[in-house]
Amino acid sequence: MRFDRPARRKFLSHSIAVLTGLCVVAALYPLVSIIYSAAIRGGGVLFQVRFLTAVPPNACSVVQCATVGIGPDIEGTVILVGLASLIAVPVGVLAAIFASEYRSRGLGRAISFTADVLTGVPSIIMGAFIFGYFVYYPSITYSAITGGLALSAIMIPIVTRTTEEALRTVPNSIREAALALGISKWKATLRIVLVAALPGVATGVLLAVMRASGEAAPLLFTALGSNLYFHGFNQPVAALPLLIYDFALSPYSNQQKVAWGATLFLLAAILIVNVASRYMIHRLGRQMAGGA
Amino acid sequence: MESTTPSPPTSTAPIAKKVPRWPDRVFVGIIAAIGVGILGLALGIVAVLANGAQQSFHRFGWGFLYGTTWDPDHQIFGVVPFVAGTLITSGIALLIAFPVALGAAIFVTTQAPRFLRGPVGTAVELLAAIPSVIYGLWGLYVIHPYMETVVEPALKTNLGWTGLFNGPAYGLDVLTAGLILSVMIIPTICAVSRDTLLAVPDAQKEAALSLGATNWETTRTAMIPYARSGILGGTILGLGRALGETMAVTMVVGNVDKVPTSLLSPGQTISSLIANELLSSSGPLQTAAILECGLVLLAISLAVNVAARLLVWRVTKTGGPITL
Repeated sequence: MRFDRPARRKFLSHSIAVLTGLCVVAALYPLVSIIYSAAIRGGGVLFQVRFLTAVPPNACSVVQCATVGIGPDIEGTVILVGLASLIAVPVGVLAAIFASEYRSRGLGRAISFTADVLTGVPSIIMGAFIFGYFVYYPSITYSAITGGLALSAIMIPIVTRTTEEALRTVPNSIREAALALGISKWKATLRIVLVAALPGVATGVLLAVMRASGEAAPLLFTALGSNLYFHGFNQPVAALPLLIYDFALSPYSNQQKVAWGATLFLLAAILIVNVASRYMIHRLGRQMAGGA
Repeated sequence: MESTTPSPPTSTAPIAKKVPRWPDRVFVGIIAAIGVGILGLALGIVAVLANGAQQSFHRFGWGFLYGTTWDPDHQIFGVVPFVAGTLITSGIALLIAFPVALGAAIFVTTQAPRFLRGPVGTAVELLAAIPSVIYGLWGLYVIHPYMETVVEPALKTNLGWTGLFNGPAYGLDVLTAGLILSVMIIPTICAVSRDTLLAVPDAQKEAALSLGATNWETTRTAMIPYARSGILGGTILGLGRALGETMAVTMVVGNVDKVPTSLLSPGQTISSLIANELLSSSGPLQTAAILECGLVLLAISLAVNVAARLLVWRVTKTGGPITL
């Protein structure tokens, strides 16, 4: 290392500051551009009457549609993600408890590593997996059930990993204090340790829910999409990301507009929940640290 | 703290009534079964895809892995065009994303005033939360026209001699797909790099500063070498995400089942092939071939992810941040 020519070195240091600052601008430009274009192109249609409840335009008559909307798709996304959460949250949390609280067994480590690797499996592969399995059960190959299962396969590893991380931040003294009072280990785990880790667990669940609600790839050949409101768990079901994909590739400008409106809605929902959950969890964490 | 070890016999009278042991065993049994279920999920994915691909195994054998033709009309299938598309788009993405993400991470950890760190970090994480299909819509309607009319003609006139930019500039090609992918993996690389740079001990930085190093010299000589394997791990993690990304790529890559001959030729990645053709497959053999392509993608992304996880686990000991 040669420390001479101080002026040059200082200049280099300052130019690096500017250069890395430009990197931040380049990295964040897409965020601004996406929000801006969604607001410009989707704002008009999003605030139309009944946009959030009416059915998408191709389900109306060919000539004219009084109102267009994304009602079935909002409903479908809520149903699919709800189904997926019903499976993924208990499974993920309990598996994480095993991996973290009973870690002395080699199995725990294996589970933890597997969950970690599973978070890296492409979501389309999860869809192909569910499709490949249920293709032998034609009555529900394309249905809300298989869609929910595909999404839960994506959520389980996320919930497992984040819950495990949260459990690991709970100090050992809390476990020992509970056990010293004579409570059995499973009660101590569920009622003391898990409760102490709750903010972290909630973050993980929210992360997984938000990820699942934006996924289109695993739904392409499971939930399939639909123009109608939900009509049975064994029937194809609509979803917001599927609508955006279909209408984005549509040659008709009215459908493209609906795609942008749906994008603005989904984007706003995800960004608002994201920011709000950060704030809530921050506060919850502080409250528990101070109050408990 | 083993729950299954019997409690030591005590001669003194217990204070409270003895805690029964069996509920503990039942609980451990249940959660162990669920944990094994996760291992089962991993094996099940491989088993189901392999089972679905059987017909293609029998028909093409190993030739599938170096077959360059994908022709449903003659029922000839090979994976090479899609492996090429996947590797080229991910390679472009990495080339663009790595310097930008590392620069942003360096800015956030060493250059930015303290009050800027939080908001910039949050904004980068929001970028990671945006669904793939929205990137695709943005790529198709905002970036694509710009690539078609401005960037690609400019590349052709200035860098056409390299041969990398042959063919007409349609804007829906591997270059555009790589660019959109780079935007999507910047948050991953940036978040992991930032966390490993923040984990550099203060003594390390102070030592360099006390020798008279400038801010940048401290970063270059004391911080980056220390954080190197974490940064590498984050980069490979980003690569893993790029390899499997589906919706955005499907919408801008052009969807042509041929090996791309230049950066401006339309192509197809493994994931976009599955998205496009699994439902509209010409018959059982094509379905099997598509599922075998899925198996290849799974193998590639597992190899990349295991490598990244091992690197990041070694550095942070806890598995590092959960990056999606």
